[in-house]
Amino acid sequence: MNIYDILGPVMVGPSSSHTAGAVRIGLIARRLLGTAPLTAQIVLSGSFAATGQGHGTDRALVAGLLGMRPDDTRIPDSFQVAAAQGLHFTFEKANLKDAHPNTAVLSLTGEGDRRLEIQAASLGGGRIRVNKLDGITVNFTGDSPTLIVHNIDQPGYVAEVTSTLFRKAVNIATMQLYRNRRGGYAVMVIESDQDVPQEALQWLSRLEGVIKVTYLGPENS
Amino acid sequence: MAFEALEQIITVCEEEEIDFAEAIIREDMKDRLVTRESTVAQMTSMWENMCAASDAYDENSRSRSGLVGGAGGQMARYVAAGNPLCGDRIGRVIAQALQMGESNACMKRIVAAPTAGACGVLPAVLIPLFREGTDSTAQSEHACAAANDIYPAANEPDAAALTTDDRSVAGFPVNDTDRASSGSKRSAEELPAVRALFVAAGIGQVIATRASIAGASGGCQAEIGSASAMAAGALTYLQGGAPDQILTAVAISLKNLLGLVCDPVSGLVEVPCVKRNVIGAVNAMSAADMALAGIRSAIPADQVIDAMKEVGDLMDVSLRETGHGGLAATRRAVEITERLETEL
Repeated sequence: MNIYDILGPVMVGPSSSHTAGAVRIGLIARRLLGTAPLTAQIVLSGSFAATGQGHGTDRALVAGLLGMRPDDTRIPDSFQVAAAQGLHFTFEKANLKDAHPNTAVLSLTGEGDRRLEIQAASLGGGRIRVNKLDGITVNFTGDSPTLIVHNIDQPGYVAEVTSTLFRKAVNIATMQLYRNRRGGYAVMVIESDQDVPQEALQWLSRLEGVIKVTYLGPENS
Repeated sequence: MAFEALEQIITVCEEEEIDFAEAIIREDMKDRLVTRESTVAQMTSMWENMCAASDAYDENSRSRSGLVGGAGGQMARYVAAGNPLCGDRIGRVIAQALQMGESNACMKRIVAAPTAGACGVLPAVLIPLFREGTDSTAQSEHACAAANDIYPAANEPDAAALTTDDRSVAGFPVNDTDRASSGSKRSAEELPAVRALFVAAGIGQVIATRASIAGASGGCQAEIGSASAMAAGALTYLQGGAPDQILTAVAISLKNLLGLVCDPVSGLVEVPCVKRNVIGAVNAMSAADMALAGIRSAIPADQVIDAMKEVGDLMDVSLRETGHGGLAATRRAVEITERLETEL
């Protein structure tokens, strides 16, 4: 932890895990969707379900979906902002098995029939981790630039992606591969040290067999 | 590689002939590969956000559960009106601690230090020190809108008050001459309050490394206890204490809160969290004064931190932020929880 993990973050209270972390989950879901969400079905599990309303977890998640950051003073009023901006949302509680105590599942739709389902956990101190993406188990935090490639499970895609990054002088920090079944739907999650240039993303998204390319740039971008 | 022991910081201070804050600043520059200007600007922003959060207190706000709100205003009026047992300065520290804790519970913007639940301790001891003579309860939410308004003018426009105010604007302690400036070169932009925050952050970082700053791991001693140790060290630094006195203040303050459990009613950061910010702040003041008086701690600070970790590990899970033990298990707390389940 660096000294600003100790003194900081600047955030809207009352809880770094249940409020600030929840905002970040909403925000990462919006960024992964790639557009402003129009509908959101939100499931709260564990401690999020038990004490979430008292901690403003519900308002915080919606605030993140609206693009607010954890220090945005409009967080307590996010439901009204959502109504004004045309975001329709629902909440329900569930008891997810084998999930972190502070977990939320968000099913989003956006313009152009974009859809995303994300399961993420708030780990404490405002840090979060994405656990599932469109039903596939993943594991990333969004703290570093993160490239997510969805493709059909066939030989060559890893080589294609990594060589594209190599040509753009992007160093890979971590890399994870997931698939639902052999020859089925595969997801590659790459955390990098450098920002991935736009033309590399466009190149990858045009490759045959690539279903979707999602990129989380540096959070301030 | 950040410091893993407070004794390491003292060694660096001695070897490089720098003060405690300087050691933390240089280590952060190495740790995160940032410039001095960058980290000083970031810490200055933390201080400004603390001041803005103090100004934004609204005693009419209530938390969503309705359990907390308004106490900081009551305390400030009580202190201003008369003769508090604790005296004016401690009275103002208590009021500020309550206000910040309540602002956090009421979903206002605060600076986690080291956590949101303990966010009142550091501002409670620092802000009254730097803003003597201003009435923090009279500030509206707009008072922090412009940076120039962060330190509002004192009421009495005589020469002495203006001097005081000028020093406030500069972020220097009102009663201070030049106590915290020994032993290092620095630019005029580096305010004593900001350097004190570096001291606090450095102490907190060692606690986080050796033990924990999360109530779920170590109980309230890890949150309010850590905040109190950070504040005690920061105060001792500001008053011109030597590095070993800073460590003594850390040791005394943390020892006095060892064993404090995390037992929030209904699992919310409200009861007893808001008022525990008060004990964290007042405990820091007394520990700093003891250290500055030359009193020693029999147990060194790093070993107190290790003891805190051991106590936290021994603590039953019902007393570590689960909302199941201690105050959270009282009959009244159960009634409150049942009421909230139907209302929220």
